[in-house]
Amino acid sequence: MVVVRRRSALPQAPSFTWAQIDGWSRENAEPDWLRQRRKHAWDVYQATPMPQIEEEWRRTDYRHIRWKEAERPISPNGATLAAVPAKNLEPLAGDEEGGSLVFVDGKLVRNEFSEKLARQGVIFADLPSALREHEDLLRRHLMTQAVKPEDGKFAALHGAIWQYGVFVYVPRNTVAELPLHVVCYGEASGAAAGHILVVLEDNAQATMQVEYASREAQEHSAYFGATELIVGAGANLRYVSLQDWNRETFEFSHQRGIVGRDGQLDWVNGVMGSRLTKAFIEVDAVGAGAEARVSGFFFADGDQFFDLDTQQNHNAPLTNTNLLFKGAARDDARTLWQGMIKSLPQMQRIDGYQVCRNLLLSDEARMDSIPGLEIEADDVACSHAATFGTLEEEPIYYLMSRGIGRAQAQLMIIEGFFDELLQRVPFERVRQRLMAEIEAKIIG
Amino acid sequence: MTATLEIRNLHASVEGDESLILRGVDLTVKQGEIHALMGPNASGKSTLANVLMGNPAYEVHEGEVLLNGERMLEMEPDERSRAGLFLAFQYPVAIPGVTLANFLRHAINARMKAEDPDSKGIPIPKFARLMREKMTQLHIDHSFAGRYLNEGFSGGEKKRAEVLQMAVLEPQIAVLDETDSGLDIDALRIVADGVNSLTGPNMGALVITHYQRMLNHIKPDYVHVLYDGRIVESGGPELALELEEKGYEWIREKHMALAEI
Repeated sequence: MVVVRRRSALPQAPSFTWAQIDGWSRENAEPDWLRQRRKHAWDVYQATPMPQIEEEWRRTDYRHIRWKEAERPISPNGATLAAVPAKNLEPLAGDEEGGSLVFVDGKLVRNEFSEKLARQGVIFADLPSALREHEDLLRRHLMTQAVKPEDGKFAALHGAIWQYGVFVYVPRNTVAELPLHVVCYGEASGAAAGHILVVLEDNAQATMQVEYASREAQEHSAYFGATELIVGAGANLRYVSLQDWNRETFEFSHQRGIVGRDGQLDWVNGVMGSRLTKAFIEVDAVGAGAEARVSGFFFADGDQFFDLDTQQNHNAPLTNTNLLFKGAARDDARTLWQGMIKSLPQMQRIDGYQVCRNLLLSDEARMDSIPGLEIEADDVACSHAATFGTLEEEPIYYLMSRGIGRAQAQLMIIEGFFDELLQRVPFERVRQRLMAEIEAKIIG
Repeated sequence: MTATLEIRNLHASVEGDESLILRGVDLTVKQGEIHALMGPNASGKSTLANVLMGNPAYEVHEGEVLLNGERMLEMEPDERSRAGLFLAFQYPVAIPGVTLANFLRHAINARMKAEDPDSKGIPIPKFARLMREKMTQLHIDHSFAGRYLNEGFSGGEKKRAEVLQMAVLEPQIAVLDETDSGLDIDALRIVADGVNSLTGPNMGALVITHYQRMLNHIKPDYVHVLYDGRIVESGGPELALELEEKGYEWIREKHMALAEI
């Protein structure tokens, strides 16, 4: 007899309440429209079941999260900048940054911003400050276009409970020369929800990096994140996100870039940490001539589980999206990439490309890649691929024949595999740091 | 002391396959000498090159390989390399993401660390000078150093990269496995010039080739013919010319009896 096992236990939900959220909102004297938005998100959240059997969730089991620990809202308890590892605080390039915002447990502990950028009208601020000073801009952009509560259960939860975050705004025809740097560091365990909102008006340019990390812990944490990247006509955003949560953190995040006419988004996403990550990473090319390059690298070890769900939406003709993900897995780790290229009907002359390359470093690890296309136009160039490889003996032998020891040869081959991706990170110092982190994972 | 590579009664097969490809090879190559090893297809030439370097795809059944008296067969390929042996591959492998320069710097550092575990490796400026010097010597464009190793290289570029590696690592004994294959006459001349500029009192070479044309450019001191896993003829440069003229057929006829033993 064939027994088909189905997941018996339904996923438990964390026990947030509206009263709790309403309380925070009033304590922080948030404007009514924002509270209404939180309430709307809460209602969507309540009306949506915990995800389980939907196509984009059915391979991802998160029921082992201990909500008792992970649902407790983190409140800052005196932690300072000193808690953050030095490597996260180093300037991205040179000695000077356009701005640096560092959060520990959601509390702003460093707030630096170049006067030059401020004079240009660039905004780089934590969300509560931005709410006080630029309320109209936030009201216009915050979860209205890019990430919406309707995007999913955890997008809705995020919309209701988000606690902290960053607002970046670059006015028309303005180039923010120096990079902007954000660090979100977790010192305590529990529930956190950070929000990044970047708005580039027409012909604006900016480069930004956001890093997520937390101190090692025994207790579970949950991170309900959202990232909104809104790139106007002719604008150009280079955006790097690096995630290195501790091994007891479960990340549920929604990230979306929207690229307008002739705009360009160059987005690099690195996933190294967490116990489990379920990230929805989407780009919408909404104006003719829009281009998006989405790059991802991930390396899972131990019992890590990464599920990266990408979507490239061609909502205008003559748009170009290019996605390359590269990942490795060792030990018992599991990774999953699910990619989709979609076009609205009659979006002619679009070019969409998606590739995920996987390097399997142990027999027990498992990597899956599921590319997909839903194209409703005929004059298109769309392609996808997934590749899987292991460390082969032939290249190892070749390197060894020049005097390089076996372990070093393996390291070089794995680092070489990632090099193409790391070259897309626009900061040499960060590239070197990432290479060292990859090396540490390999040597383990 | 003159470095010496001694191959004694070497028997080998493909890993996991009992049928022998090498059936008792004996050969001695000394620093400063150039030996050509010729032979028809499937005579075991490439197997010999791979076994000497320690390719794990091959298995040694009997015999001995000594470099300066050290037993090579018990060593890993990296140890053989550090001991002074070099193989120019017939089919160099592409290593995506690893630049030629980075690769060679690691190779040099591995040597320095083997000698002195506290070594910090070659300083970057010194290494850069060394690379520039060797690339100039071999008429190699300096941009070569920044390219991913063998990735997207043409046949000629791959062979030149092999010769560059040989120039940088300065082995005592180099084995060149069909380094002429797939090269047009211009590429062949460049590669041969490179080899000629490296051979001399400090390096001995075993030049494996199917055709005599390589030997118009690299003048061997000794020529050997490998047939059915054994060296069946040895002589001076005139032997190569004889093979050019008469082909391998007479070797086959002369040694058929041997093959059937």
